[in-house]
Amino acid sequence: MSKKVAFLQGNEAAAHGALYAGCDFFGGYPITPSTEVAEVMSIELPKVGGKFIQMEDEIGAMAAILGASLAGAKVLTSTSGPGLSLKQELIGYGCIAEIPCVVYNVMRGGPSTGMPTGPSQSDVMCAKWGTHGDHPAICLVPASVQETYEEVIRAFNLSEKYRTPVMVMPDEIVAHMRERIVFPEPGEIAVTPRKSPTVPPEQYKPYDTSFGDVPPLAAFGSGYKFHVTGLNKMQDGFPTTKAQIVQAEEERQVRKVDANVDDIVTFEEYMLEDADVVVVAYGSTSRSARYAVNVAREQGIKAGMFRIKTFWPFPDKQIKALAGKVKGIVIPEMNLGMCSLELERCAQGKVPVLGIFRVDGEPINPDQILAKIKEVK
Amino acid sequence: MSRYELRFSGSGGQGLITAGIIMAKAASIYEGKQAVQSQSYGPEARGGSSKSEVIISDGPIDYPKVTQCDALLAMTQEAADKYSHDLKDGGVLLIDSDMVTSIPAGNFKTVAFPIINTAKNDVGREIVANIVALGAMVALTGQVTRENAEKAVLSSVPEAFIELNRKAFSIGYEKALAASA
Repeated sequence: MSKKVAFLQGNEAAAHGALYAGCDFFGGYPITPSTEVAEVMSIELPKVGGKFIQMEDEIGAMAAILGASLAGAKVLTSTSGPGLSLKQELIGYGCIAEIPCVVYNVMRGGPSTGMPTGPSQSDVMCAKWGTHGDHPAICLVPASVQETYEEVIRAFNLSEKYRTPVMVMPDEIVAHMRERIVFPEPGEIAVTPRKSPTVPPEQYKPYDTSFGDVPPLAAFGSGYKFHVTGLNKMQDGFPTTKAQIVQAEEERQVRKVDANVDDIVTFEEYMLEDADVVVVAYGSTSRSARYAVNVAREQGIKAGMFRIKTFWPFPDKQIKALAGKVKGIVIPEMNLGMCSLELERCAQGKVPVLGIFRVDGEPINPDQILAKIKEVK
Repeated sequence: MSRYELRFSGSGGQGLITAGIIMAKAASIYEGKQAVQSQSYGPEARGGSSKSEVIISDGPIDYPKVTQCDALLAMTQEAADKYSHDLKDGGVLLIDSDMVTSIPAGNFKTVAFPIINTAKNDVGREIVANIVALGAMVALTGQVTRENAEKAVLSSVPEAFIELNRKAFSIGYEKALAASA
């Protein structure tokens, strides 16, 4: 049987990916350039018995999905820069209360209202450091329409598996670009269910680490009662300031991601076997990079690309290994040097890191990358 | 690898993004090629500059934007002035002859006819000027067959407007052939 195909925008694909993953609640507030996600969800969710709600603002939208998730729903919100800023406190709440949810953020020019219709990659640090305090961070950066669909599904799976908020951050180009997409059959891509309690309600504790670093999460309304707070908490969910417990709980929350980096981090290696110069790229910029690498190869330059698919946790191990093999790293990004900082940290001074930083709302074109590749001696 | 780059440019509200989407859909869904469509536009709903870019190839497409344009549609003087310098030698420029009166010079073929007025007078509705232009671009670029392009048009418009769009596409296609002969 031939598979269903369509010609879709990245944002539309994201919505369909969420539906494939079993998303049954969307809370949002429309904002360019992410609005198409809300549009599709508002049409499609009611058809599958799900709920769509447009809240009064982005803060309300984030609160709504956290609440719905605690009631057992698989939840999504979509937004862009200014909305992401507003959501930050509640993203932190999702981290400490360990509430699975997916935040889809399309990167546009910033800060503040910035350039609503212009592409950018300047929210990648916000995905990790936007909310205060130590917390786990997972952020996926797709580069095509098909990949946006698939990464949204993976985001739902990771959020359930690790019981934490997960972000998907396409840049505006990927979000608004249209390409052919081939839809997977039901069951073709695995969907991770939430780990439910195996104990009766009277024995249930929402943060019971005897079940491992990711404790089962009961759904409100299913007979289980428990306490949820943004304060540091004990296993039963009630607040505590006991030093030993707070330390252990904070470390466990971060460990959920840190101890599973190999399960979470994904990347693509392109022509790296014999490469002297590696272009590290993510999102739409990786498409310019691939073009530039191909042209460089035609000109006899041994260039390759390392494409970051998971921005957080950062692929430290892979970049450290690359830094020991190549003569230089080129990083094109639509910000003033965010990934560049991470690369310098991983390169530990072994190789130069050459940046191409653009924040004028124009894409980084292959010629710019090719010229920078040629600067590596 | 074959890489063919098209740009539909003009002002917001002229339907150029839609025209680009339909061209890409024709190539990607009906012609069996690969295609990527992207766009850039200002914050205004109408007015302001607008462009839609389509890359068509037999193989995978990396960079989704125009590097050197094979075919350009310019529906305003501003768009013609701004984008004609990106046209390849031997490329094709299609302009609305009422809107673009100062014709850019270059090593490309220029085809001109009154696109908006054709929609208004020959088809009967100005709103389908973008489909007239699309028909013309299909005829001038040869990247997709007339049949496949028409399928893409008809699958992209509401039921009640199928005949109107079929007519707009057909007239655009014929006018471009006549104007470039």
